[in-house]
Amino acid sequence: MDKNELRQWEQRCIQEEPPACTAACPIHVDVRTFIGHLQQGRWDQAWQTLARIMPLAGLLGRICDAPCQALCKRNEAGDAIRIGDLEQACVNHVEIIYRVTKLPSKGKQIAVLGSGLSSLTVAWDLVRKGYGITLFEPGETLAVSLTNQHRTLDTASVAAELDQLEKLGVSFETGAALHSQSFLDDCLRRYDALYIGLDGVASPEWTLERDRSGTIRVETGSHATSRSGIFAGGAVFSTIWQAAHGRWAATDIDRFAQNVSMTAGRDREGPYESRLYTSLEGVAPLPAVPMAHADQGYSKAEAADEASRCLMCQCLECVKVCPYLEHFGAYPRKYAREIYNNASIVMGSRSANLLINSCSLCALCESVCPEDFAMQELCLQARRSMVARGKMPPSAHEFALEDMAFSQGDDFSLARHAPGMERSSHLFFPGCQLSASAPGQVEALYDHLNRSMDGSVGLMLGCCGAPAFWAGHAEKFDEALMQWEQQWEALGRPELIVACSTCHRMFRDHRPEVPVQSIWETLEKVGLPGNRAAGSIQGTLAIHDPCTTRDMPGIQATVRRLLGRLGVAVSELPLSRETTECCGFGGLMQNANPDMAREVVQRRGALSPDDFVAYCAMCRDSLAAGGKRTLHLLDLIFPEPRTPDPADRPKPGWSRRRENRARLKERLLEQIWGETISMGPDHRSIALKIAPEVQSRIDERRILIEDLQQTIALAEAGGPKFRHPATGRYKAAGRPCHVTFWVEYAPTSDGFEVFDAYCHRMEVGGP
Amino acid sequence: MKSENNWTDELTWRCAACDRPLELGQVTVTYMDNSFTTEMPRCAQCGSVLVPEALALGKMAEVEKILEDK
Repeated sequence: MDKNELRQWEQRCIQEEPPACTAACPIHVDVRTFIGHLQQGRWDQAWQTLARIMPLAGLLGRICDAPCQALCKRNEAGDAIRIGDLEQACVNHVEIIYRVTKLPSKGKQIAVLGSGLSSLTVAWDLVRKGYGITLFEPGETLAVSLTNQHRTLDTASVAAELDQLEKLGVSFETGAALHSQSFLDDCLRRYDALYIGLDGVASPEWTLERDRSGTIRVETGSHATSRSGIFAGGAVFSTIWQAAHGRWAATDIDRFAQNVSMTAGRDREGPYESRLYTSLEGVAPLPAVPMAHADQGYSKAEAADEASRCLMCQCLECVKVCPYLEHFGAYPRKYAREIYNNASIVMGSRSANLLINSCSLCALCESVCPEDFAMQELCLQARRSMVARGKMPPSAHEFALEDMAFSQGDDFSLARHAPGMERSSHLFFPGCQLSASAPGQVEALYDHLNRSMDGSVGLMLGCCGAPAFWAGHAEKFDEALMQWEQQWEALGRPELIVACSTCHRMFRDHRPEVPVQSIWETLEKVGLPGNRAAGSIQGTLAIHDPCTTRDMPGIQATVRRLLGRLGVAVSELPLSRETTECCGFGGLMQNANPDMAREVVQRRGALSPDDFVAYCAMCRDSLAAGGKRTLHLLDLIFPEPRTPDPADRPKPGWSRRRENRARLKERLLEQIWGETISMGPDHRSIALKIAPEVQSRIDERRILIEDLQQTIALAEAGGPKFRHPATGRYKAAGRPCHVTFWVEYAPTSDGFEVFDAYCHRMEVGGP
Repeated sequence: MKSENNWTDELTWRCAACDRPLELGQVTVTYMDNSFTTEMPRCAQCGSVLVPEALALGKMAEVEKILEDK
């Protein structure tokens, strides 16, 4: 990712866009923070928030006409927040103390004409920037028009604000004879620039270009008049707009005086439309809080009540639905920056590795994001880059990639026409996880397909390469698909029937030329077998759509029709179909961050008290492992008499998943093609006795039975081992690849009993 | 990779080949091109090292993660 791409990613996440009120405010007062302080009773901080942006907030806060309210999101659920009244309340109820920083003198002098709000704003802004300011008022009293026009403004508070200006160094000259051209000429000689506040003064004597109505013509965007060095503004009715004119003119004058770009970095000056999205789901409409005494404005308590109606507009649509995005404490815009920084670290810890590798790549964020931010693409891109640069932590995905290699190897891989056939019209590809979880259902399905399709369905066992794709191993993924493709070509390019929606997506997205249908579509066409279990299902089943079907509404609909045909009562989860959630297996989340995956699946399971019905073997197993009673759709279609309660079927451990695949191949070859194959390496015949609690501990540590067998075989063949004199047990280590496995065991009459096993990745050697 | 543990339990194991008790000794630990030495139970005769379970699942796993993220 380069800087430009980062900016594009950041741009897409709108969480940091300002709320509509702030965007609508001509000077962009941070209304949300202001109201947030009021909600918490932090009146002084609320005041400081106002004063940070508002010029002379003790004055403007009393008379701001709050055009922001028209854009307030609360409008759509009750009344808009009375932001103007809250500003007044704040100014009324706090002790007005300005914390003003003033820059060192620039040695330049500016003349400000008139004491309307725009002139006072120019004086306020420029004096703090280090300009010497003289304000000329033709009348005897300053800001008299303001006190006359606004009943909420009393003379004392105006005087306090003027006093503040004076303290900052602004000089006031009242009774100034400014209604002459010579006054302007004289000013231009004595001052570096001149501002005319049209909300306070105007003189027909001044020879400046005017518009048709006779008002002094001002350049849009620069407040320049026809004469260089003379700026003007404030000819508007709204108070906040008068202040805004003053603010922009002050910027113009500052840039003019310093001879720098008048336009750079000013694209978001003035009101604009914010891209921030805020959902109103679950927001009850509320009317504005009334004032007990309208003439006194809101009391503190009333203001707090009114503030409490504020929605604190923010987006977070993705974070609300994704435990992963929530877990890392921020939102995609921040994550994009962290991921970018992660790649550029030379020394020190790459702290975003876990963030990058924990994403399930399920794309729920993209589907709920108003701007389609795709966290999965960001993470996948980062993973590919990490793999390419040799910076991917080896422990993140190695176990899954080894499992994939197992599926591609002789133990599982198989590609055949149906027995006695020379060609296949279709090819059944059950995928690795259904074969690992419920091999009997693969056999039943294959049998049913061939019975219903004239025996013309071939069979291929293997892997679609998804684990490599998820791990960011682009080359390994290509190799896997090429290996698959060669076998498919050799079988005459039959139409593919897949039982796994991940395989389906991999082929659809990466081999679009392969005709592919889901087993559910096939079953709908060819019909279901006779002896089904659906009648025995009590109650309603909640449908869990696999995240890989997110953009396959046709398959989701087919599954629902099949469930209907089976006579099963179903319910829909709040997050389903295009907004379904991952089971924690997707994107190898379970490998890189098992705790996260556990949290994800538990949250998913809690969405409904109903048992779930899934139609992905890995979803079924992950949910079951998370304690959620879950059926696979195939449990209803091909019931297994020995498993009366399939929803309660535990997830087979990692070793069992491999063994199930190997045995499936063995059985299919034997029963369908009449062939026998060898058992593989000798150590596989070592019989192990393992207590269930030891077995589950070992499985959690991702240690396979075969790792134990290999280690014991090595030790018993004379390798180093240790003996415990009291128990007579042995302890030995083996390192078949990148991991050292330790096994504590003892011989039994026909093999060995394993009492414990653990592993580490570090290599330990002599001194 | 200092550990608080003095590995009393591990030191009750004996090297099966040499039939000798284990002693604490300096061993070299290597991961991802990083190498350092630490004390672990080992056979004083043949040098075979026994990596204690608590070390493998605790400090070693922690350091592995740190080195992987380096």
